[in-house]
Amino acid sequence: MVSLHSYLILSAILFSIGTIGVLTRRNAIVIFMCIEMMLNAVNLTFIALSKYLGNLDGQIFVFFVMTVAAAEAAVGLALMIAFFKNRESIDVEDLNLMKW
Amino acid sequence: METIAIPAINMSVIAPEMILSVVAMALLLINVFVKNEQKGYLGYLSIAGILVTLYSLTIGWGAPQDGFSGSVVQDNFAIFFKGIFLVSAAMSILITDQYLQREGCNQGEVYPLMLFATVGMMLMASGTDLMTIFLGLEVLSVSLYVLAGFNRGSIRSNEAGLKYFLLGAFSTGFLLYGMALTYGATGTTKVVKIAAAAQSGMVSSNLMLVAGMLLMATGFAFKVAAAPFHMWTPDVYEGAPTPITAFMSVGPKAAGFAAFLRVLLVALPVFKAEWSSLLWVLAVLTMTVGNITALYQQNIKRMLAYSSIAHAGYILVGFTAGNAVGTSGILFYMLSYAFMNIGAFAVIILVGKKGEENNNLADYAGFGYKHPALGVAMCVFLFSLAGIPPAAGFVGKFYLFSGAIQAGYIWLAIIGVLNSAASVYYYLRVMIYMYFKEPTEDFNWVRLSPAFIICLIIAIAGVMIPGVVPGTILELAQKAILM
Amino acid sequence: METLFFSIVAAIAILMSILVIRCKNPINSALSLIMTFFCLATLYVMLEAPFMAAIQVIVYAGAIMVLIVFVIMLLNIRTESGRRTQHALFLGAATGLFLLFQTWYFLSRSSLTGAKGAIDSAAIAKVGHTELIGQSLFTEFLLPFEITSILLLAAIVGAVVLAKKKV
Repeated sequence: MVSLHSYLILSAILFSIGTIGVLTRRNAIVIFMCIEMMLNAVNLTFIALSKYLGNLDGQIFVFFVMTVAAAEAAVGLALMIAFFKNRESIDVEDLNLMKW
Repeated sequence: METIAIPAINMSVIAPEMILSVVAMALLLINVFVKNEQKGYLGYLSIAGILVTLYSLTIGWGAPQDGFSGSVVQDNFAIFFKGIFLVSAAMSILITDQYLQREGCNQGEVYPLMLFATVGMMLMASGTDLMTIFLGLEVLSVSLYVLAGFNRGSIRSNEAGLKYFLLGAFSTGFLLYGMALTYGATGTTKVVKIAAAAQSGMVSSNLMLVAGMLLMATGFAFKVAAAPFHMWTPDVYEGAPTPITAFMSVGPKAAGFAAFLRVLLVALPVFKAEWSSLLWVLAVLTMTVGNITALYQQNIKRMLAYSSIAHAGYILVGFTAGNAVGTSGILFYMLSYAFMNIGAFAVIILVGKKGEENNNLADYAGFGYKHPALGVAMCVFLFSLAGIPPAAGFVGKFYLFSGAIQAGYIWLAIIGVLNSAASVYYYLRVMIYMYFKEPTEDFNWVRLSPAFIICLIIAIAGVMIPGVVPGTILELAQKAILM
Repeated sequence: METLFFSIVAAIAILMSILVIRCKNPINSALSLIMTFFCLATLYVMLEAPFMAAIQVIVYAGAIMVLIVFVIMLLNIRTESGRRTQHALFLGAATGLFLLFQTWYFLSRSSLTGAKGAIDSAAIAKVGHTELIGQSLFTEFLLPFEITSILLLAAIVGAVVLAKKKV
């Protein structure tokens, strides 16, 4: 019987790896993929907690998180396409027109 | 296969959101048949919709009701904040058309998107389930990502949209993780039931709940741009189209504070000591960072962005106090902040022209003599932002700091007053440029359309009247707090 | 036996997620992420949530990742041309590791104290997971369900406005 802690630690590891990815990568699409990984780690937390708590609220929440992730993906990728049309790159180091 | 018993649906709880959503969807349809030059009419239609929604709000005042199995509630707190959102949306819509036509990105979808963002904000204010708060936040955020990047031809706008998207999605991850851990510790996502569960000693000493609270606080701090989580916010404010910046500087902050207040005051009052100390640090950092960096800005949009960070810091002072005076001060301050900020942005839009936004302070030289009425309006807004009596900003700050003193946070109030005094420098610097420097331009492109006049009159009224006679609004705010 | 299976799947998931943040080519990152999603779907099945596993594969691996791969190929993105500054790398790694240690500390010292509900394995086996979710979704969580329709509408309108050809 796998304990709840194993699932929670696994999702904490995935969440942290996602955070490291967001803060260290330069390519905007890869940053977005790391954000999706963070959201998936949260989904795992919700479903594991839902099973061990014995109610379905967590799984319904995951349902909505997936919907939100899909909506954000659509809008985020459209923003990247619009940015790319003007700048020919999606490197976040190129997001530098506005500084101090 | 048994049938599902659909519960009784209480429509009047979500009546404002429903009306506004229907108006937004109708605008999407009408947009197809409206010619490019006449998109301004969509703006007037959306304002009509907002007025109808405002009327439906006033009906519900004083009679709290909840619905949808405790997912939403329509109490005074929610109604007050919804009023703030609707007023700020209406004022932002009034100043949108001229700017977008000037920049050449006059697509009609901007109005439905602003209305959808307002619907999201309203759901955040009245949500009593973590799910409703989260979904309202996402509706707001998705609409704003698009609106920030709306001016497709401008690289700055593209950059602002992309930065806002990445930052917003990142912070949503933190907020969600906090909600997950809170759910794990208490077994429910309804705010009232979280409070009930957290009262019991076993749960309140559960580290999972503390971790959840910290992560949720981090997520909310990102959303309201508190330091040290404000990283890309000034860039977003500078790059987005100016009416959208006006909308963004008021609405989402107010919505974030409303949701944060509800979560902290209703769900987690058992941790009051812990989150008060946390918010103390956040408030001091935010005020100081916002004010100090604003001192160095030459670009007025960026300066107002940093100043809005500082204002979020003042509101966090009210949060830290956590008592009745502080909380009613937060509500009063948010309302007056909506008027003064959008008014200031309206003047900024008027000073600019196509191809040259004239956002640097030096471009304002001598403006006060060329357009005296606009100069006086800008002075009123600047006085209010700086917290100089008799404008509403002063009354709001007075209440926030009194609340802090009453709760025993003397040093916090002192730091707040010092910061407020420091901020006078960069607000008055604009006035100095407007009145004491030689004009280098003619400013003959400034075109005061009726929409702008209405917006400026509403803004000035909203700043001066609560400043001189704050009694009515203060009473409303006191009836609206959650305690 | 179950613990062994869990360890294998978890190890693969962690390995793939590290590959996501380390691969130079974005396509490799995308493929590693798809593999992570499949590992997570397996874990959902182990947690007796087969409907969520199915949606995970259909929505995440099937729709969102396909959209991302499509955009990578549309914009013809090559490998990353440089590295971020040393400061950014160090700060990012430090923040991530700090977050990991904090959450590990908090989670090891906490326990499950919420009220235990009624849905356990027997209930799921009796009625079927999908029906249970449906009952919950359309009665208790009806309003969030309707809000998602507004969310999707706003997202569609926004995406079209941003990416369409003619202004």
